[in-house]
Amino acid sequence: MDNVELLSRIQFAFTIAFHYIYPPLSIGLGVCLVVMEGLYLKTKNKIYEELTRFWVKIFALIFGIGVATGIVMEFEFGTNWATYSRYVGDIFGSALAAEGIFAFALESAFLGILLFGWNRVSPRVHFLATILVALGSIFSALWIVVANSWQQTPAGYRIEGQGMQARAIVTDFWEMVFNPSSVERYSHVLIGAFLSGSFLVLSVSAWYILKKKHVVHAQTAFRIALWVAAVSALGQLFTGHKSAEVVTKYQPAKLAAMEGHFEKLAPADMYLMGWVDAKNQKTTGLKIPGGLSLLVHQDMKAPIPGLNSIKPENRPKAINFVFQTYHLMVAIGMTLIGLTLFSLFLLYRKKLFETRWLMVVFVYAVLLPQIANQVGWYTAEVGRQPWVVYGLLRTSDALSQAVKAEHVLISLILFTFIYVMLFGLFLYLLNKKIQHGPDVASDSETSSSRMNPSLIPLMSERATSKSEHAKD
Amino acid sequence: MDTFLGIDLPTWWFLLIGALITGYGILDGFDLGAGALHLFFRKEQSRRIALNAIGPVWDGNEVWLVIGAGALFAAFPLVYGTILSVFYLPFILFLVAIIFRAISIEFRGKEPMPWWHQLWDVSYCVSSIVIALLLGLVLGNLIQGIPLNANHEFVGRLRDFFNPYAGLISVTVLSLFMMHGAMYLLMKTEDRLYTKLTIIADNTSKFFILCFLAASNATLIYVPHMTAIFKNNPALFVLPMAAVLIVLNIRRSIEKRQYRRGFISSSITTALLLILFAMGLYPNLVLSTVDPRGHISIYEAASSDASLRTMLLFAFIGMPLVGTYTVFMFWTFRGKVKLEEHSY
Repeated sequence: MDNVELLSRIQFAFTIAFHYIYPPLSIGLGVCLVVMEGLYLKTKNKIYEELTRFWVKIFALIFGIGVATGIVMEFEFGTNWATYSRYVGDIFGSALAAEGIFAFALESAFLGILLFGWNRVSPRVHFLATILVALGSIFSALWIVVANSWQQTPAGYRIEGQGMQARAIVTDFWEMVFNPSSVERYSHVLIGAFLSGSFLVLSVSAWYILKKKHVVHAQTAFRIALWVAAVSALGQLFTGHKSAEVVTKYQPAKLAAMEGHFEKLAPADMYLMGWVDAKNQKTTGLKIPGGLSLLVHQDMKAPIPGLNSIKPENRPKAINFVFQTYHLMVAIGMTLIGLTLFSLFLLYRKKLFETRWLMVVFVYAVLLPQIANQVGWYTAEVGRQPWVVYGLLRTSDALSQAVKAEHVLISLILFTFIYVMLFGLFLYLLNKKIQHGPDVASDSETSSSRMNPSLIPLMSERATSKSEHAKD
Repeated sequence: MDTFLGIDLPTWWFLLIGALITGYGILDGFDLGAGALHLFFRKEQSRRIALNAIGPVWDGNEVWLVIGAGALFAAFPLVYGTILSVFYLPFILFLVAIIFRAISIEFRGKEPMPWWHQLWDVSYCVSSIVIALLLGLVLGNLIQGIPLNANHEFVGRLRDFFNPYAGLISVTVLSLFMMHGAMYLLMKTEDRLYTKLTIIADNTSKFFILCFLAASNATLIYVPHMTAIFKNNPALFVLPMAAVLIVLNIRRSIEKRQYRRGFISSSITTALLLILFAMGLYPNLVLSTVDPRGHISIYEAASSDASLRTMLLFAFIGMPLVGTYTVFMFWTFRGKVKLEEHSY
C-alpha cells in the first residue's frame, strides 16, 4: 500500500465516519418532529408546539453540520478517487445526482421555512415543510445507500474497455437501483437512523426528568420517542437478518470474516463474543456450535465457505476488526430491544418515570445507536475490502493519479483539525441548548393540569383510562 | 449517437451543467458577495440584518453546487475526476471554506458575547472571500487550459495555477459577487444600513467594471483560443456586446437607485460571462495547454447514452421542482428583513 492510498483511505474513513454522526440524527429527529408537530395540529396543545420549536433548533444545528461535512464527501470522490469516479460515474454519479436533485434540494429549500417560517406561513404549511424536510432526508439516504449497495452487490451493468480505461456502464437503471442488497441495506440504515434520532430525544428528556426540569414536556417527548425507538429496535432485528442473508449470498468473504470462519467448507459457528487470531486462523470465544449454518441454511451441519476458500488476494485483511465491529453492532441491537421493551412495560405500569436508574441509563444510551451505526458501517466497508466495487475494482486501483502523498497529508491534517474543533463546538452548543430547554409560555410548565390527560397519546392514554376504570 | 430534439445527449448535458453552474453563480453569488461585504457593516444590528437577509435561502442556494457537481460526476465522470484531482489543494481549501462559512452562519447567534460574534463574523467574511477567489482561480485556469498529456494525465505543478491571469479572474469573480451581493442586500434592508449599502454598491460596481475591462482585454490578448469562435462567426459578436451593455446597465441602475433592476442585470452578466466561456470551450470541457490530444471533449468524457437519457428524464422532472422550491422560498421570505426571536 503506497502512501497516497493509505492517506486517502484514512481521510475518507475519517471524513465519512464523522459525517455519519449527523445525517442519521437528522433523519431520526425529523420523524420525531413530524409526530410532535402533527400532534400539535391535531390537539392544539401548546406543549407539542413548544416541544417542536425546541427540537427544531437542535435539528438545525445537526442539519447544518451534516450539510457542510456532506459536501466534503461528494467532492472527495473526485479529489482522491478520480479513477473510481471515472470507473463508476455512469452508475454511482447518477445516484448521487438523483440524490441532489430529488432529495437534497427538497430538504434544503424547506429547511428555511422549518427554521424561519413560523410567522411567515400558516401552521399547516409549516407542518408540510416539516414533513418535506423529513422526507427529503429519508430520500437522501435512499440514493446514497443505493449507490453504496451497488458497490457491494453490483447489478444492471456491463464493463466497457480494458485495463485502466475500463468502466462500468448502466444496462438497466432499475436493476442497478434495486440491486440485490439495496432494499435490505436501505431499510437497515434507515431504521438505524430512526434509532439514533429517537435516542437523542430520549436522552435529553430523561435528563430533564432526572433534573425535574420541564417535566411535562420531557415526559411527552419521551413517550413519543420511546415508541419510535421500540418499533425501530424490533424492526432492526428483521432488517439486520435480511442484510446478513444478502451478505451470505453475495459476499461470502465478508460473512466469513464477520464470524471468523476459516475452514474451506465446514459447518460454521455463531459467536456471541470472541477473538480472531487471523495469523493462526483460530477463533475463540462464546459460541453456538453450527449456529451460523443453522441461521443461514436451517441446518446445523450445512457447510459454509470459509476464508480459505477465497483467494488470499481477495480476502479482507482486518478479520478480527470486522468480527469485533459486527458483534458489537449485534450486541447493541439486542440491548436496544431489551431496553425499549422493558421501558414500554414500565410505561404501561405507570412506573417508568419514577425508575430513576433507568432514566440514568437513557441519558447515556444515546451513544449506543451512534456506536452501532458506526461499527455497522465499518463491518460493511472493511468487510468489502480489498474491493471498492465488489469483485470489479480494487481500492488500490481507484486512486487519483494526479494527487501527491504530501497533498493528501495536508488535507488530512486540515480535516482532522477542523473536525475536532467542529465536534467540540457541536457538543458545546448542543449542551447549551439542552441546558436552556424549551421556551415555555408562562403557565404551561407549572400547571400540568392544563394538559388534558386524554390528549396525551398512545400508551399513557390507555393507562390513564385504565386506572380510572380501576377507581370506579 | 442518440439525440433528443435534434441535439445529441452529451451536448444536452453540457448545456444542463452550464445552466446549473450559472444558477449556482447567480444564487450563491449574492450570498457569497453579502458575506464578503460583511465586515464593512460595523454595528451588531446591521450585521444581524445582513446575515438574516441570506439566512433562509443560503442553504438552498448551495444546493445548486451539490446538484451541479453531482451532474458533472454523472454525465462526465472523466472530467469530474480530472478537475477535482488536478486542483486538489484548491478544492480542499474550498471545502474547508464551505465548512467554516456554514458553521459561522449557524453558530454566530448562539452566544451573546461580542467577541464570539466578531470571531464568526470574521470567519464568515473570510470564508466567503476565499470561496469566491478559489472559484475564480479554477475558472481562470480552465479558461487558459491545464497541462494534460495525450492520456489526460496532469503533467504540471500546483504553483503554476497561481498565475497573473488566473489571479485577475479570481478578483473579477469576487468583485462581481460583491456588487451582486450589495444589490441583493439593498433589496432586503432599510434606513442607515440601506444608505451605507448604496455607497458600497456604487464602489463595488465601479471596481467590477475595472476588473471586467481588464479581464476582457487579458482574455483577448493572452487566451486567443477563447475568442476564436467569435472571429470565425462574427454574428456571435452580439453576445460579448450584450455583456458590455448589460454591465453598463448595472451602473445605470445603480445611479438611478433601481436596485432590483441592477440585481437582475448582474444576474444576467453572470450568465452571459459563463455562456461566453462555454462557447469558447465547446465541444471540449477541459483544454490542454501542452498537447491538443489532451483536450477532454464532451464526447470522450460522456457517460453511456442509456445513463445520459435516464438522467435527462430526471432533470426534466427534477429541475422544475427545484425551480418551484426556489421561487417558493424567495416568495415566502420576500420583503425587507425583520429580526424575530428565531432569527440568526
